[in-house]
Order: sequence, then structure tokens, then C-alpha cells
Amino acid sequence: MSEKSPLVIELETLQQQAQTELAALKSESELQSWKTRYLGRSATVMQIFKRLPEAAPEQRAAIGQFANQVKNTLEAGFNQMMETVRQAQLQQSLKSEQLDVTLPGRVPARGRLHIQTQVLREVCHIFNEMGFQVFRTDEVESDEYNFELLNIPAHHPSRDMWDTFYTTKEGVILRTHTSPGQVRSMRAFNPDPIRVVLPGMCYRYEQMDASHEIQFNQIEVLVVGKDITFANMKGTLVEFAKRMYGKDVRTRIRPGYFPFTEPSAEMDVECFVCGSKGCPVCKGSGWLEILGCGMVHPIVLQNGGYDPEIYSGFAAGMGVERISMLRYHVDDIRRFWENDIRFLEQF
Amino acid sequence: MELVLSWLKEYVEVDIPLPELAHALTMLGLEVEDIRLIGLPKPQDTKGYPFHGLEWDREKFVVAQIDEVMPHPNADRLVLCRLNDGREELTVLTGAPNLYDYKGIGPLAKPIKVAYAREGAQLYDGHQPGFVLTTLKRMKIRGVDSFSMVCSEKELGISEEHEGVILFDDDAPTGMPLVDYIGDAVISVSILPNMTRCASMIGLAREVAAVLDKPLRMPELTLPAGVGKASEQVKIEIRNPDLNPRFTAGLIREVEPRPSPYMIQLRLKLSGMRPINSVVDATNYVMLEAGEPLHAFDYDVLVQRAGGKTPTIITRTAEPGEKLTTLDDVERNLKDFTVLVADTAGSLSIAGVMGGQESEVRPETRNVLLEGASWNFINIRKSLQYLRINSEAGYRFSRGVHPALAEIGVRLCLLRMAAWSGGQIVDGLVDAYPQPYQDPLVAVSPADVTRQLGVQLTAEQIAAYLRRLQFECEVKDGQVFAKSPAHRMDIGEGVIGKADVIEEVARLYGYDNIPALIIASELPPQRPNPVEERLQFFQDTLVSLGLQEVINYRFTNPDQENRIYPPEAKPENQNYVELQNPIAVEKRILRRSLLASLLDTMERNVRLRDRLTLFEIGPVFLPDDSRQLPDQPYRLAIAMSGLRHPRAWDRKSSEKLDFYDLKGVVDALLSALHLEDVKFEPDAHPTFHPGKCARLIVSGEPAGWLGELHPQVMEQYDFSDSPVLAADLDMELLYQLSPKSFHAAQITAFPPVIEDLAMIAPEAVASAEIVNLIRKAGGFLLKNVELFDIFRGEQIGAGNKSLAYRLTYQAPNRTLTDKEVGKQRERIISQLEKELGIKVRTAA
Repeated sequence: MSEKSPLVIELETLQQQAQTELAALKSESELQSWKTRYLGRSATVMQIFKRLPEAAPEQRAAIGQFANQVKNTLEAGFNQMMETVRQAQLQQSLKSEQLDVTLPGRVPARGRLHIQTQVLREVCHIFNEMGFQVFRTDEVESDEYNFELLNIPAHHPSRDMWDTFYTTKEGVILRTHTSPGQVRSMRAFNPDPIRVVLPGMCYRYEQMDASHEIQFNQIEVLVVGKDITFANMKGTLVEFAKRMYGKDVRTRIRPGYFPFTEPSAEMDVECFVCGSKGCPVCKGSGWLEILGCGMVHPIVLQNGGYDPEIYSGFAAGMGVERISMLRYHVDDIRRFWENDIRFLEQF
Repeated sequence: MELVLSWLKEYVEVDIPLPELAHALTMLGLEVEDIRLIGLPKPQDTKGYPFHGLEWDREKFVVAQIDEVMPHPNADRLVLCRLNDGREELTVLTGAPNLYDYKGIGPLAKPIKVAYAREGAQLYDGHQPGFVLTTLKRMKIRGVDSFSMVCSEKELGISEEHEGVILFDDDAPTGMPLVDYIGDAVISVSILPNMTRCASMIGLAREVAAVLDKPLRMPELTLPAGVGKASEQVKIEIRNPDLNPRFTAGLIREVEPRPSPYMIQLRLKLSGMRPINSVVDATNYVMLEAGEPLHAFDYDVLVQRAGGKTPTIITRTAEPGEKLTTLDDVERNLKDFTVLVADTAGSLSIAGVMGGQESEVRPETRNVLLEGASWNFINIRKSLQYLRINSEAGYRFSRGVHPALAEIGVRLCLLRMAAWSGGQIVDGLVDAYPQPYQDPLVAVSPADVTRQLGVQLTAEQIAAYLRRLQFECEVKDGQVFAKSPAHRMDIGEGVIGKADVIEEVARLYGYDNIPALIIASELPPQRPNPVEERLQFFQDTLVSLGLQEVINYRFTNPDQENRIYPPEAKPENQNYVELQNPIAVEKRILRRSLLASLLDTMERNVRLRDRLTLFEIGPVFLPDDSRQLPDQPYRLAIAMSGLRHPRAWDRKSSEKLDFYDLKGVVDALLSALHLEDVKFEPDAHPTFHPGKCARLIVSGEPAGWLGELHPQVMEQYDFSDSPVLAADLDMELLYQLSPKSFHAAQITAFPPVIEDLAMIAPEAVASAEIVNLIRKAGGFLLKNVELFDIFRGEQIGAGNKSLAYRLTYQAPNRTLTDKEVGKQRERIISQLEKELGIKVRTAA
């Protein structure tokens, strides 16, 4: 067995020393100077190759091999240590950059539609999907369109159903309902079939309180065509109620009275405030009245230019503020046009 | 209308529980609003109907009789009753004043029948205000044991009455549980305007009979053989049969007005009416029973007014200036359309509305002339409205009472008067019926019913439903010919009658039973809807720019509106849509200005937020003398005020919103509309600061104003110290000028050349002028001009400003050379100097 070459012993000592130092290093810069020292051009390992002639000729190849092995081991150790140090540094910096995520965010100015525009659109949208188009008419109306053409002659007792604002101009009033749009749309579209939504502001002369407004939105739908039946009215309105109030909502329809429809009806949905158990909102009945409806009266069809022996139709109307009041538990109808920003910003 | 259950049952058998009855009524169109139980137990399942009331325990509440009323040994205001409750004889203590008359007169020949509550009974405390429950306990009152009670109506929950105890009629059965004797239910039914025929017990019973398919039991109408001849004792003259189609009179002699039997009084009270005396009560009772309002005259007063001769009743319209004092002691000025019941000496009563004072029935009245009539309902409504009277008679007559009821009412009432007041009915009625009502005959086919309702019924089935409502029906050639019954006036002729009859079929078939079917008929053509699209476009764009929408009252007053003008520039004699009957003076007109109502909103909210940016879209109301209706264009108003950036934890302060924030919103809006020919002209408007105001011109047309509010306008509002920016825009015009479509610009891969141009310009030259000139001179290669700096200072010289623009040149198909750009630059520089006298300082 031959003696170890002094070069090999030197390399062995060097490797041990370099590895011991490496293990203690903490930063990238320490690592870099370590690398210069042990793996740089003038480092011992690199110089070994030049010193090979010092060794016995038969040992030179083995020493060269061994020197390469030491170099590779040190390089691998360096790379591994570098990775460790970088990870540690990243962790350190991530830790130091921690925000208080509970501080408030910077909210961009957010615009909103008035709550009643939102609800009005929601209702119109449901009917749009069922083939109805929006048709708007004026808020200041003639007595003729608001009453007479709707089968409500002057001095007729049914006029008691509407407390009317009269203007100082004879025969000009603030519309008490969206129903003038019935005859207006019929006159605009006859003899085509009709499916329209009539949304908009209406007015009633009333003492204002938490549940009475002088100005309120109404949405009305009108269908005119051949073979339009009470069953179609029920089908359409039940479908509306399901889309508006939930697909499992129960509805009921019972007789009512409007001079411009016959038969007339009122539609109730089960009270979603109490789940139809009975509460102050539904006055214990478990039902909420949501809309009035009926088959278009033959006189109104005639006034719109449709022959009641050939055409038939139905109409339905509802209050829009009531929908919001029930849904959002708004206890005072006067909130809507007060426009208190604290109220509006909630929606 | 109060439906008294025991009363209803006189005319129809009701064999369903109360909640089911309530549901049946509601589904007939007679919506049940409330059910008050008088002694009856509350049902287990109320079906959601609101039941309330006091239950009378059968063991604890009974009919009892008082055989003797004795003085209390220690108290003047108390008496001791020797009472028999059907089981035993007891002594009961009471303080009821209506027993004082019997005190100490020994055993009563005719025992007094009372409502008696035994120990442990639960009832209302008569001495406490309102209705407070209490339980009868044994106690000593002034040394006498007391453990039970003779009850007042209040204690039993019948009425508020607590002056004395209830005194039943003599035939009340001693020992019977009270609930069996007078237990009842009062169902409040809301009567639809076209169902006034149901505003009576018989009217309601008819509907119940129809839905339960039971016979209707009409009360006896035959009058007994009477004395004398009515036709010799009164004459009737109807001057206008259109207004008074029928007048039926009956006579009864030697009546004696006295308290009505207790059961009658009870029914009147439960119906919400006050018992007066047996004569007046009979008229009210029959009105509630049959639906015909009746009027009783003191016949002797009529004879006296006729100078002792046979009185003639005349119905006529009022003479000019005629007045009448009604029985509520009010002197009424009458209109020429008001119909009166009069005699040869003058007016007696306002027909169908209210009686006159002079001829009313008094306690001493002995001979009564009874009026049952039919009046034109439109005319009665006009009179009611003019006179501002609400009466039970007026309520019914103003909605139409069938003339057939006049006779039925008079007959019933004569019978009731004779039964309750003594007296003898005079033979025969005096009946003037110049205009008999033609009950319509309506033809309806199964096809008609299917077409309207979507259900299949045979002619026989249709007829059967209608017969249940007492239509006379004949089925011929597959059609039903239905004659409207002689108690209703809501059935019309022809196509109207057909709709009326189909509604009746639907009610009895049951709205519940009609299927719910999706429309199968053709879908109408879908039309473009620019009005709706316009509205939504503006709403959505402004919301996307961060503004809050508001919706205001259209009601205002001129002073409120004119706050948008400084004091010396208030417009005068503005033409407004004005209300005849405003709810308040400050809400007497409709707005002309959307800006005014938006600024009101701003004022109310200004202290609630650092920053407010609001808009409103809605109609304004501009009277147009050439047309009936006012012009009602939609306007758009914007208002902004406060900090540009709201305060936050890392931002203690911010600049305030100014003109350019508002203009930026308008710019964005115009850009969303793809409007190109847009100008902001400096112009004066009284609402705005003269130096911070612009008029928007689009395609040469004025499209609105924007600016900062004039300081003198600000003073009229309670604003904070931030400037208020506002715009009032003609959104209809803007939308109309907006191109219906546009082409997207090509995105080119060739790089742009960007150059800055700095110059000094006199203050008087507007930036827009410079930009326009640069654009013109720059030609088609110049894609964009953008102001990026503006500077004023000593080194520039007073009256000057330094402006810096960034110019972007780009060609779609190649990279531009310096030479090409240089050529354009030179043109721009020379044009600026030539046209505007502006020297360009640097170009790079």
C-alpha cells in the first residue's frame, strides 16, 4: 500500500476546512467571498492541477481525479448553502413587510341607482324576459285617458277609488295610475298584439304618512291579442311571482274590482316576511296583496281600437315602493323621495 | 259592512265552520278583514283570518232572572238582587243604575232577564278604560259577599256600554248558556264598489247561498189587512223620473216609539249603528237587512204643512238659492242638481242622502209615512260630494239601489214597525214607478266563456251557476240567455253584459279552480325602444362614473324653484303646471327645473358626507298653451360638492371638487355618446359664477349648462364652504345627436412619434382655440393633442399663461420619419403664430 500523497492530504484538509466554514455562513456576501477563497482562480483546489508534477507520476491521475471531486463537492455545498441563505432572506423580508390587513381599503367612488330604479328595472326585466316591452307615457295626463277611456265616467262612484290631483287646466290631472298607458299603447299599436310594461310615477291626493305617499311608482302590464284568457293571466302572473319572490312561492288570486277590467282580481303571495305564519306585516293572514289584475274591459278594448268580440286581454298593476318596503323592511314610504344619502347608500 | 252571523243564518243555512265561511266570502270578492267573536270559542285553525273576542264559558255565563231587587244595607248606590240562574237562587250584588227603579218594590211580577257571570268567569273589567281581562273572585263589598256578577255589555265584550246591565227581552230562557242565547260572530267584509248589492244581510246571504248551493230564505213580505187606504192619505208627484225612477210610500198609524227589543238593539250595535227608538230602529234595521235605505216622516207634520189636506210628496231638484236644515242641525245650501223630497210647502229631505229636521220622527210621533225610493246614483254621488255628507243611505244610493228594493224595503219596515212599536199598517202602498228598470237580458255562449276564462263549460253548467245567483236563465241553441235578477244594477247590456256575466261565472266556478297557463298566442313584434334605452344609458353611465342617483318629488313652489337664481335675477311670471288642490302651499306646482330639485337634495345631505356627487333624471313640466298637456321632457341634472378624495386614515386632506371635476364627468358622458362636434362656450347664466360657467354646444345646438354656482345663489342655500358644481343637460337632444353606430379605430403596430410643444399665450386665448388650430394644422397624421401643463408666473408676464401640449403622430401603415413629423410641426408653429400670435418656446 502506497503512502498518501501530501497533495491529497492537503486537499482533504482543505475540504474539511472549507465545509466547516461554509456551514457557518449567513449571508450572500459571505458566501461570495467564501467562493472566491475556495473555488476562485487562485484557490488551492484550482492550483493543485498546476502542482501535479510535485507528485509521483503514477499518482497524478488519481490526485487530479480527487481534486475534481473536491471541487464538485464544494460547488454543490456552495449552491445548496446559497439557496438556504436566499430562502432565509426572503422569509425575513416577507416577514418585515407585513401589512395590517384589517385597515380599511381605499374605496373608489361607487355610483348607485336609486333603489326604486333598481326595483323598477328588476320587475321590468322579468317581464322583458316574458316578451313584454317597456312603454312609458306622461305623468301629467288628461282626464280622458286617466279615467273616461278606462270606463270611469265623470261622477261615477268608482272614481272614489282614486283621490286625484287636478291641475288648474280643465281636464288635465296628474295620473293616478299607469293605466292611461293601456289605451295609449293600444292606440299606438293596434291591430298588432300587445305585451307591454307600463312603469312610472303616479300621484294620489292623500294625507302623507308612513304608508301613504302622494307620489309613487307603479308598474302595470298589458296583454292584448286573440285567445288571451284569464288562465293566461294567472299563468303569467304566477310565473312573475315565482321569478320575483322565489320559485316555490305560493300565490292565490281572488275577486277584486277595477272599472277597466272584468273579471277583476287581486293576487296575494304567501307572506315572505313571516313565511306565512302570520305577522303584523301580513296582518296575521299569511298573505301579502301584491297586485291587482283582470281581463281588459270590453269598453277599454273598444277605446283602444280592438273589437272585444275578437280580441281579449289582461292587465295587472302593482306598487313598486311596496315591494322594497316588504323586501328591505323599510317602515316608512316617505324615505324613498327624501333622498337621504344614508338611506340611498345602503342599496 | 258588518256581517252578523246569527242574522245571516235567518236567510241561509250555514253548515261550514267560520274560517271556511270567511274564506268562501273572500274568494267571492267579499274580502274578510276582521272577525269579532261575541262569546263564541276561537276556532283551532283560523285559516289565517284574524279572529278576536271574548269566549263565554258555557258553565260560567248563563241567562238568569232577577225576581226581586232589594236595597243594600250599607250602600245607597248598590242593590242586592234575588237571582235565579236556573240552578239555584242566590243574592247578587250590583250597582247598575238601570235596576234602581225596581229597588224595594218587592217580588217582581215579571222577572228581569239578565246576563249572569258565575264565580271564576273571565270577563272584561267594566271599570277600567279599554278592555282589560279579569276573573271573578269571591270578595266582600261593604260587608256583603260578592262572587258573581250581573253583566253589562262592556263586561261581555259586546260594546263599550257600561252605564247599566243588559236587560234581555222577557222571553229569554233562564239557565241557558249565554253563548247559546246571544253568542255571535261579526265578520267585517269589505264591499267592492260593484258589489253594493251585498251591503245587506240578505245581499250577503244571497252570495253565501250561491256558493254553498243552498236556498235563500226571504223574510215574509205580505202585509196584514190594514185600516183605511194609503192612496187616499198621500199623493206622490215625481217631477224627474230619470233622477227618481221610483217612490214607494207606506203608512202606519198609532205607533209608539219605544226602546226596540234587546235582540234588535244588539244586532244594530253589532252592525255599528246606534239604537234610537223602535220606529227609527226599524228603518235602520231594514236597511241593513234588505239594503234599501228608508226614510220615516212624521205624517202629522206633513198634514199640518198641507193645511190639513191630503199631503202630496213631490220629488224635484232644488230651486236656485234653496236651503234645508238637515236632521244633524246643519243648514245646507243646495245645488240645482240636488234632488229633494218636498211637499207643497217646501223641501223635506235631501233625497237619498239625509232627512230634514222639521219632519223627522220624534218620541211623540204617532203616525208615520215611510219612504222607500230609487234614485239616480250618479246624481246622488254628485250631491254627496258637493254637500260633503257621509251617510249610510248616501253610501248605498250613490252606488245604485235597484228600484225593486223600494217596495220590499217598505213592506219589511212596516211589518217591523208594527211588531216593535205597536200601531196599525194602513192598507196598500202608494207606489209611483214611472220608469221601471229593465233588467238586462244577456246572451253568453260556452265559447265566450272559454275565450275569456280559458275553461270549458257547457251551456247548462253556465246556466246553473247563474241560477244560483238568481239569474233567470234559458238555454237555447247552445247559448245561455240570462236575465239579471231584480236586485242588482251592475249587469250591463251587449258586450259589457257578457263580460259582467262571465265574471259571475268565474266567481262561482272559483278563481282558484281556473288553471294557470302560459300565453300560447303569438308574440307581438319586438320594437326598438329608444326612450327606455336612452334612460338606462344615462343612468348607467353616470353610475359608472361614481355618481349617486336620486329621485325627487315633482311637487314644489316658485320660491323654492327660484333659489337657483340670484335675488336680482329671479324670473317672474313663470308658467307652471299648477295644482287646483295641492296637498300644501309649498307643493302647489310641478317643477320646471330638475336642477332646483337636485340642489335641494344636495342641501339636505351636504353635511352628511365629505363628498357628494349626485344626479337625477326625470321629467320637467312646461305648460304649452297650444296643447292640452304640458311638454314633459326628460332632463339630466348633476350636482357635485366637497372633497375630491374623501378623507381616509392615510389621507388627511384633499383638494375640493371644482369646475373641472364636473366637466370631466360631462366629458366622459359625451365620449360615451361618441359625440364629436362638442364645444364648451364660456357664457353667462345667472345661476353660475360668471367666470366658471360653460354652455355646452353639440353639433351647433345648445345642449345645456354647467358651472360652479354663483356666490349669490350659494347664499340662498345652507351649503358648506365647498363650491357646488352643477349641470343641467338636455339628455333627449344629446341622445338624439349621438351617432347610431361608429367604427372602432384600428390599433396599429407602428410606433407613434410623441412631441411636446410649449408656448406662451395671452390669457384671453382659450385652450380649445389652440387645440383646434393644432389639430387643423397637424393634419391626419396628428392623432392626439393633450394639454399636460399650464403655468402662470412673473417670468411669463402678467396676462399670459404658459401651456404645454403633448402631440401624438402616427401612421397606420409605416413608421414615421423625423422629416414627416418635422413638416407638420413647422406648419403648426407657423399657424399658431399667424392665426393666434402665439410664440412656441420649445418643441421636442
